[in-house]
Amino acid sequence: MAIVTTPKKACAVNPLKMSQPIGGAFAFMGLRGAMPLLHGSQGCTSFGLTLFVRHFKEAVPLQTTAMSEVATVLGGYENVEQAILNIYDRAKPEIIGICSTGVTETNGDDVDGYIKLIREQHPQLVKFPLVFVSTPDFKDAFQDGWGKTVACMVEVLVESPAGGAERDPARVNVLPGCHLTPGDLDELRTILEDFGLKPSFLPDLAGSLDGHIPDEFTPTTIGGIGVDEVAGMGRSSCTIAIGEQMRRAAEAMQAKTGVPFRLFERLCGLIPNDDFIAFLSDISGRPVPAKYRRQRGQLADAMLDAHFHVGGRKLAIGAEPDLLFDLSSMLHEMGAQVTAAVTTTQSPVLERIGTNEVLIGDLEDLEELARTRNCDLLITHSHGRQAAARLKIPFYRAGFPMFDRIGAGHQLSVGYRGTRDVIFDIANLVIADREENHQPTPDSWRTSRQPLKPSRRSFIASTEESIA
Amino acid sequence: MSSLSATIQNIFNEPGCAKNANKSDAERNKGCTKQLQPGAAAGGCAFDGAKIALQPFTDVAHLVHGPIACEGNSWDNRGAASSGASIWRTGFTTDMNETDIVFGGEKRLYKAIKEIINKYNPPAIFVYQTCVPAMIGDDINAVCKAASQKLGKPVIPVNSPGFVGSKNLGNKLAGEALLEHVIGTQEPDYTTPYDINLIGEYNLSGELWQVKPLLDELGIRILSCISGDGKYREVASSHRARAAMMVCSKAMISVARKMQERYGIPFFEGSFYGIQDSSDSLRQIARLLVERGAPSELIERTEAVIAREEAGAWAAIEPYKPRFAGKRALLITGGVKSWSVVAALQEAGLELVGTSVKKSTKQDKERIKELMGQDAHMIEDMTPREIYKMLKDAKADIMLSGGKSQFVALKAAMPWLDINQERCHAYMGYLGMVKLVEEIDKALFNPMWEQLRRPVPWEEVAKNRQTKVMAQMDAQAAEVAADPETTRRAKKVCLCKEVDLGTLEDAIRSHGLTSVEAVRQHTNAFGGCCKRRIEDILAKMPVSSPPAMLQAAE
Repeated sequence: MAIVTTPKKACAVNPLKMSQPIGGAFAFMGLRGAMPLLHGSQGCTSFGLTLFVRHFKEAVPLQTTAMSEVATVLGGYENVEQAILNIYDRAKPEIIGICSTGVTETNGDDVDGYIKLIREQHPQLVKFPLVFVSTPDFKDAFQDGWGKTVACMVEVLVESPAGGAERDPARVNVLPGCHLTPGDLDELRTILEDFGLKPSFLPDLAGSLDGHIPDEFTPTTIGGIGVDEVAGMGRSSCTIAIGEQMRRAAEAMQAKTGVPFRLFERLCGLIPNDDFIAFLSDISGRPVPAKYRRQRGQLADAMLDAHFHVGGRKLAIGAEPDLLFDLSSMLHEMGAQVTAAVTTTQSPVLERIGTNEVLIGDLEDLEELARTRNCDLLITHSHGRQAAARLKIPFYRAGFPMFDRIGAGHQLSVGYRGTRDVIFDIANLVIADREENHQPTPDSWRTSRQPLKPSRRSFIASTEESIA
Repeated sequence: MSSLSATIQNIFNEPGCAKNANKSDAERNKGCTKQLQPGAAAGGCAFDGAKIALQPFTDVAHLVHGPIACEGNSWDNRGAASSGASIWRTGFTTDMNETDIVFGGEKRLYKAIKEIINKYNPPAIFVYQTCVPAMIGDDINAVCKAASQKLGKPVIPVNSPGFVGSKNLGNKLAGEALLEHVIGTQEPDYTTPYDINLIGEYNLSGELWQVKPLLDELGIRILSCISGDGKYREVASSHRARAAMMVCSKAMISVARKMQERYGIPFFEGSFYGIQDSSDSLRQIARLLVERGAPSELIERTEAVIAREEAGAWAAIEPYKPRFAGKRALLITGGVKSWSVVAALQEAGLELVGTSVKKSTKQDKERIKELMGQDAHMIEDMTPREIYKMLKDAKADIMLSGGKSQFVALKAAMPWLDINQERCHAYMGYLGMVKLVEEIDKALFNPMWEQLRRPVPWEEVAKNRQTKVMAQMDAQAAEVAADPETTRRAKKVCLCKEVDLGTLEDAIRSHGLTSVEAVRQHTNAFGGCCKRRIEDILAKMPVSSPPAMLQAAE
């Protein structure tokens, strides 16, 4: 049982947290033909855009209402209207997703009201999908923005099935948290399909940010789940939500369509995947394919091979709540001690993390805790690179952003296979660190301790003196 | 202390800016930032610009006053290099929350400044204003002033909230902050007749260090670089330099001009991109220093260094010229860099098919025309879709641009090279130009391109097979469609045993059948329901005398 604390400092140093609106925009990127739009000054978009581009090494659609100082004072109706019309005419999107920012939340722009007016003024937009999410920068964090946005998508885009409409027993909704990569989603899709299930992912980043090369240039997202498919999600037999952040969206789905949901807090680790596979076998009515029996065996073997290296490690980890809970629990179950845990925002899973204290703080806090508590393994996103260099301990990059390595979109952590890969990667970092930095020398175990028999020593010393 | 809007008006009236000088009064009042178009804007805000301009000061703590977005989403993202201090790479922000928005963030800002001084003790703190605290009326000038007095450290307010304008405006506002609060506040330990300032050089990828050895060799000291690998004390005492070079950036021109006005430091605009430009810049530095009293032999020494370096660079580039013959490059970049890079690429033998001139002045455009000829393809504003089409149609062999447009080229399977701030190679001076040519060569001749452009063979095979089958089916369908008689005869009469009209008619005709029973015996049309239809057929068939031979046989 962990106690969740917040440090009382005025200055955040080396932020771990990223803002809510870009978490929201990120969710819209999993829709096909989407153009996410941040309602704020153009820097809000530009910073987010750069961050996504550096992480995925992909073109990323993200637009701005380009609020000026004057527009901020007078209200942003015209900017929202112009932005929607410009995007509608130029980019020809299938949907525009709008997130507010600190600026437009502070002046209190009523964007839902604006959208109503805009639809009245412009008949071509009456039926056009527009989703607005309120995501002030000065509250909550990236994963909250994602969670709220998916919940909004469900509320606005999913249709309530007509009374007596048939459910498709093979069709399953999947609501993945923002800590899953496009690679993770593809892995989940394969697993579900192997059970004969037809999954609909909302959002589906694997369709848009997996790095495929489209035939044509398009200014919107180049793939993802279509608005039409989202509309029909009410006909699925059940919803699988991954990560506590998706509870709100899963509940919205159930309230609107009656589709029941099962929430999996984690998908990294042996036991969480046993539960997951058992669940799939149960809902599909099919036995577990031999492939997964083999993968389970491989994971068990990986755990056996890696526990020598991971067991006893003192882990310092900084991540958003769901990723923190997932990775730290997996390593805790491998014998690592979660010695320093820092996160960005509140979540019910935090108190169940296998450590004494979880801090809602920044990378300065994490670095400080790692130093004072002698941690010897650091896990956080790429911004931890400076701390890792100073601490001189192995550094495993996890989460968003990961801008100083390539392949971020395909780092796998779900399923038996994903867990196996994570365990190998971390164990190999530990091994490499031992080889590079901790080779024994003749002086490795020499101490400055006093010898056990001081009298004998003084005898020798006095003899030597007398000889001299 | 003037208000922010007054400062901005003042900046827009920059007499040193050629672009501004060419404008009418009415245009000038509008300022040099184009009204941004919602839903079609790209690029950073004024805060972004200010931070870019000042963050390369390496020993300063850069504190961002605002909600998490401004620093949390953007810190540690620039490739400037430092020779010593690393505090500039530490992200400091007040991370304002809801309570601060309601009650004001000034107290939190003051506490944050105090915490930084206690923990990190930097020689100075730069405090950046952002949109939200500007909206709620946090007075960062007052907080910085109070903090400076109480804590005994320079705390410099940089007043450039994002919504006042573009990145370029932010650069300028950063310059104003330096002029107002930093430059001239300290004295250097000593001065020499060879002291210069570099203004607007950010030491990206450490490229300043490609030129510095040449300056060192000539005995020229960089008293202060604004701001690449800069230190607070250096910029604070930069008013004692003898001459200044404004490197590749119009944005900082007001700093150069005002330092000339206030401290009599002459400056010139130059660039270290390209061989010719590097030589010109070294000559200009030497000339200005000699005019300000340095011994005139500096000019001869400079010429000697230039001759040596040019010869070396030309020799290094020579082998690439035949390889680059007939290769065409598309250059998409902002500002003055266009002509300096154009010159460099031409030196290497590349043909330029187009260059962007979005941020260039009239003079820049003249120079480009001079270099590329009258029919130079100058691109004012090109949408990504147009660039993509240009590359896809193979109108260019390589694109050089900033990081944001890279995927337009890469997704068209065309070579691309980063020449903007995120790049990881240094391209300055003589060495840098050789490096640029090497990188272009590596990009152009990578064997990967051919593999990527090759059509997928199995897709072809599958397509061929499918086309064949489709063609066959089409042919059959066409045959059938061409003959209405075939279609008529193909109509099923007996649905149970699948006997068609043609078969029945043939049987009736050849055997001269007259009854349903006889027809059924001959054709196997033994369904239950077709009796009526067979009767109809018999009724319709002309009663012809059966062929005698067959009759006999029966």
